[in-house]
Amino acid sequence: MLRPRVIPALLLRHEALVKTVRFGRFEYVGDPANTCRIFNELEVDELVFLDILASREGRAPNLKVLSEIAAECFMPISYGGGISSVEAAGEVLKSGFEKVVVNTAALDRPELVTELARAFGSQSVIVSIDVKEGWLRGQECRGMAGRRSTGRAPVDWARQLEELGAGEILLTSIDREGTWGGLDLELTRTVADAVSVPVVAHGGVGRVEDIALGIKEGGASAVAVGSLVVFQKQGMGVLVNFPDKDALGEAVGWR
Amino acid sequence: MIVIVDYGMGNLESIRNMLRRIGARAEVTGDPEQVARATRIVLPGVGAFDAAMKRIDEAGLRDVLDHKALVDRIPCLGICLGMQLLTRGSQEGKQRGLGWIAASTYRFQPTDGLKVPHMGWNLVHRSGASPLTVNFEHEDEVRFYFVHSYYVRVDDERHSILKANYGVEFDAAVQQDNIFGAQFHPEKSHRFGMRMFQNFLEV
Repeated sequence: MLRPRVIPALLLRHEALVKTVRFGRFEYVGDPANTCRIFNELEVDELVFLDILASREGRAPNLKVLSEIAAECFMPISYGGGISSVEAAGEVLKSGFEKVVVNTAALDRPELVTELARAFGSQSVIVSIDVKEGWLRGQECRGMAGRRSTGRAPVDWARQLEELGAGEILLTSIDREGTWGGLDLELTRTVADAVSVPVVAHGGVGRVEDIALGIKEGGASAVAVGSLVVFQKQGMGVLVNFPDKDALGEAVGWR
Repeated sequence: MIVIVDYGMGNLESIRNMLRRIGARAEVTGDPEQVARATRIVLPGVGAFDAAMKRIDEAGLRDVLDHKALVDRIPCLGICLGMQLLTRGSQEGKQRGLGWIAASTYRFQPTDGLKVPHMGWNLVHRSGASPLTVNFEHEDEVRFYFVHSYYVRVDDERHSILKANYGVEFDAAVQQDNIFGAQFHPEKSHRFGMRMFQNFLEV
């Protein structure tokens, strides 16, 4: 049987990897290709790369950086950032990525999700939902790396995305991202219960136990991790790492 | 010369990247004349069975591939859909497969909440000895990355070399003489995939 996946989510800012807190406060993490080499050594299951500026700057994916990354990654990899057409997605897949991630472009034009699913199969299409707690309306989906309000409720949007052909949903809590305070389990649970496609819970993992909670209590199929795998500890320096296989297995209940 | 057959479907660059990493140069080509010069063939594939077989036929590749596999008998490795193409046919379509391996391809039936496609890392176990899987013996867990909605079953168990389980037990890797197939993506299965490619180059 399949094991729950634990996926480092790595943020590209121009040609460097950074880590953010609540989608702001960039901290330099390292060079993408070099970081991939370390994750290879650590035998990480899967990686997702998100260019956090591409949509805001109206840029297409940086294929040069993506090719460099793909040349170093011997595990499945996904890329998101600035993909707004089937052609752009095709270029990313051709450079050696398995899946593409869309967010802003899908909010602008939901049919894109269907077009991508038809062209490449749902298994290659991840839609990212960035969720922020609003003053009055409660949680809503955000576009443009968290900067654009949409008024959409996460559960409604997730259901719609499934119908449109999304193969997977990357669900990020902007409020938890980079905080080490644990996943938003309630959000994860409501979305995971509403759709049958895999939900990847992201934002807030600070301990191995948080990963287990995301799967057991949140009902997520996979958990994406950021700070935990690029910093030594909260508030400490950069150290690319990955939870010990046995500790993870025990927490998640593989064995 | 190692040839990665380009018939317009599949993640060719990832395979070339991994071969490069283990020090092997591979030619990505869909030109029948180039394929005719191959000493090893990798047949990748992502997508639908019929579309793939049609493209192979339209590119005029079927004869040269048959010749390389069945007359010259060079080592051939089909990956993912490429492995399914080695069988006589698939429940996914109506086209005739290459038929180099006595096997058929079936659809997963969604059971017990298991989702189709079968996607992710799964454990495999050895079901037969093969040069493709040497050096795996001392591993307590061998796992590979899978993405597929259809699976292969060989007619003769002697041609099954690795099995995996996803609701049903299926053949994760097969060998019949010089023909090898892997349902998973060795090019995306880091250490395990690297070793499998090394083994393939030493066949």
